Amino acid sequence: MLEVRKISKTFLPGTVNEKKALDRVSFSAHDGEFITVIGSNGAGKSTLFGAIAGSFPVDSGKIMLDGDDITRMPEYNRSRFFGRLFQDPMAGTAPGLTIEENLSLVLLQGRKGASAFSRIGRGDREMFREKLAELGMGLEDRLKQPVGLLSGGQRQALTLLLATLYPPKLLMLDEHTAALDPESASRIMKLTESIVRDSGITCIMITHNMQQAVDTGDRTFIMSGGRIIADISGEERRNMGVAELTELFRRSAGGDYANDRMLLAEEL
Amino acid sequence: MERIIRTALELGFGYAPVALALFLSFRVLDIADLATDGCFVLGAAVSVRMAAAGHPVLGMLLAIPAGMLVGIVSAELQTRLGIPSILAGIIVNTALYSVNLMVMGWRSNVNLIKEDSVFTLFKKVFHSPWSDLVMLAVFPLFIALFLRAFMSTRLGLSVRATGDNPVMVRASSIDTSAMIRTGLLMSSAMTALSGAAIGQYQKTVDINSGTGVVVIALACLIIGETVLGRRSVGKGIAGAVIGSIIYRFIYAFVFYTQLVPVQCLKLLTSAIVAAAIAIPHLREERASAAVTDVEEEEDA
Repeated sequence: MLEVRKISKTFLPGTVNEKKALDRVSFSAHDGEFITVIGSNGAGKSTLFGAIAGSFPVDSGKIMLDGDDITRMPEYNRSRFFGRLFQDPMAGTAPGLTIEENLSLVLLQGRKGASAFSRIGRGDREMFREKLAELGMGLEDRLKQPVGLLSGGQRQALTLLLATLYPPKLLMLDEHTAALDPESASRIMKLTESIVRDSGITCIMITHNMQQAVDTGDRTFIMSGGRIIADISGEERRNMGVAELTELFRRSAGGDYANDRMLLAEEL
Repeated sequence: MERIIRTALELGFGYAPVALALFLSFRVLDIADLATDGCFVLGAAVSVRMAAAGHPVLGMLLAIPAGMLVGIVSAELQTRLGIPSILAGIIVNTALYSVNLMVMGWRSNVNLIKEDSVFTLFKKVFHSPWSDLVMLAVFPLFIALFLRAFMSTRLGLSVRATGDNPVMVRASSIDTSAMIRTGLLMSSAMTALSGAAIGQYQKTVDINSGTGVVVIALACLIIGETVLGRRSVGKGIAGAVIGSIIYRFIYAFVFYTQLVPVQCLKLLTSAIVAAAIAIPHLREERASAAVTDVEEEEDA
């Protein structure tokens, strides 16, 4: 279980560019829960992920994972608990390494008892092929090709596979389909849902797509001004359509809403 | 003629570990390690000084940890102290000038006159004019095989990914600083070992004998890539060794034909390296300029 307690983060404090990105944010995510997060640009959504992942230190507050305080743990140490996908499909893979080498790196890194000089075996390669076949993108026959040659959708699918090769305690998806063409986006979304459901991973997904926000998962946060201003779940959420969520968002986010690209998403 | 070919091969293999070191630091880790020149002399100084004192084998062996030390210092300056990698290399290189003089007993050169080197020792058991070549070829071939195997290990993959996409590497619970340290430690050890071999082979070390080694090694790397391509790690490694040998043949050719004055060879080498690195960049720029042109036409 992830518990976030009153975390705050101000960037560039004391300057004209001072920006309060997180303002006493608190919530807890139960094991297996799938939370979607919406909010206008600058609401603090990505900053929240950065704080949880340890990309920067928070100013105050606590982050607990399964009862352990990880607030001060360095990023590369805590990242083994997390899987994280970004909007940029290039972010999650090493382009100069082959598909097999990307998978090997993650597999060996997480393998118990693997030494610095461990290498993958034949069985591992077979497992890679099976997992890649499940993505349905024909990548299973391209193990020896550099990842830099893949399309954005293929790279994002591979990133998803890398992030869940060992089911993480928390999967953070930061608009991971936003930069893809509509077809790839819906395919990646389907893959995400099936992988998350099958392995029971706790997942938080940031999205700008209202439809996605209500259709996916079992809980929705609305963020504004560095705070979670609405937390919708259960009966209330089941009865909610895009129109209701949009209305709620409009009311709660106030003036931010008008000049936001959320308007575009609404029309889709 | 045979002697010319043999000498070119000897120097090609002798300097090949520096090209392999550059393959690791420059191509894999994306760090231009400018401490290479000084590190090469350090290896030579340790090796020749020890040989002069009657311990040629120990001299070769000690050059390896000496090089590793240089790699660790360069890496710490970059990762822990936040000094940009190019500047860190220059700082270490400058410091090494004093260190190298110190290793050489505050003299600017050390020569082996009657003292044994690993080459004279080897010649006693392997009577052949090719014995030096065999000895010199052992090091790069061993290093190349080791590197090839290393690159697909967990550590090797981590080092490679660090040069490729550090964000992804950190997200995979890998400390990128430790990977830079590992890579530079290995590359510097190779450079120093090359210096150690060349020093004993030429029976001399001079404080300035490292000048231009890094640029020459880059040229070798680029020649190798031109011949074999850059597609795979195996080709990159083989290319470094082959490029180093081709470079020495070009050198021998220029030396004996006087096509270009030998004094101008460093100028020529630098021009080749600059051009080889610039051409892909210029090609890319031209391609993107062409794209803009098309867009402008469409707008009009």
